[in-house]
Amino acid sequence: MAEYQITDTVDITDVVCPVTFVKAKVALEELDDGEILSIRMNDGEPVQNVPRSIKEEGHKILKLIDNADGTYNLIVRKVEEEE
Amino acid sequence: MALSNEQIERYSRHIILKEVGAKGQKKLLNAKVLIIGAGGLGAPAAMYLAAAGVGTIGIVDADEVDLSNLQRQIIHSTADVGKAKVKSAEETMNALNPDVTVHTYREFVDSSNIMELIEPYDFIIDGTDNFPAKFLINDACVLAKKPFSHAGIIRFQGQLMTYVPGQGPCYRCVFENPPPKDAVPTCKQAGVIGAMGGVIGSLQAMEAVKYIIGKGQLLTGYLLTYDALTMTFRKIKLPKHVPNCAVCGDHPTIFEPIDYEQAECEGLGLTD
Repeated sequence: MAEYQITDTVDITDVVCPVTFVKAKVALEELDDGEILSIRMNDGEPVQNVPRSIKEEGHKILKLIDNADGTYNLIVRKVEEEE
Repeated sequence: MALSNEQIERYSRHIILKEVGAKGQKKLLNAKVLIIGAGGLGAPAAMYLAAAGVGTIGIVDADEVDLSNLQRQIIHSTADVGKAKVKSAEETMNALNPDVTVHTYREFVDSSNIMELIEPYDFIIDGTDNFPAKFLINDACVLAKKPFSHAGIIRFQGQLMTYVPGQGPCYRCVFENPPPKDAVPTCKQAGVIGAMGGVIGSLQAMEAVKYIIGKGQLLTGYLLTYDALTMTFRKIKLPKHVPNCAVCGDHPTIFEPIDYEQAECEGLGLTD
């Protein structure tokens, strides 16, 4: 059952705050309205802060998947801001 | 063109901003800004624009770095004394940010070169220190339909305004003609507090950045004045349209850039 179809993925486990969010934001900017981004991030600070920052930008958080290896995948639907 | 990981990190504090983002940063990387004068105003403007990742920066100045410049022209160092200002500025910008392509023009602007100099650029910064150059740059930008930032500094005072074609008055609308020769003190005679170039030149860089990313309100239709001693900023509203302006009015009489006579002592009134 595909609740969503992932358009693109980005790995932010290799960077630290605030570049975690910046990298995710850049990846989201590349997408069109309604497309889905899967963001792989580390447990701890990233998983606490990145989802909140993305929500503040107006995007829709669909799901947070625990990969059980110290990382999570955050599934986000892009919401295009009006200019 | 996708941003590299290094660029994402370098410009992260820009990209985080809602008004900039990756989109705005790419606009900056694709933008071309010409800075006329590598002095008190041009130095901080050039450094902030280079740091911001403005992809192409042109810098115009015929002078060499003098020891007396270093009190305010922070793009030059003690070791640069005697070096061409444009060369010194280029080296500082290259060291600051390898994303920037710097074009140097070791000449003074006049009616013979100004149109050609501004032609490839999206935005012009007037960081000159004399009235003939300021009127020349204004007229050229009006004629070529180029946006530009005017500024002048002297003693503890500074001023700036932004011209965008069709969006308000030009410098000549407000000031009409250069003052008579020797009617105003020169930079050398009057002096200027070093940080004034930093305040006003940085505001010029800010106007260029806002113009490039297309966000916020520019200083079009206003003159901003700053008095450091009383710590007063005044934003003076200007008339939207000046019908009798000689270059952008209803019946213009200026159709090409003009060379006004310089005062004997170089560097009139509004300095650097």
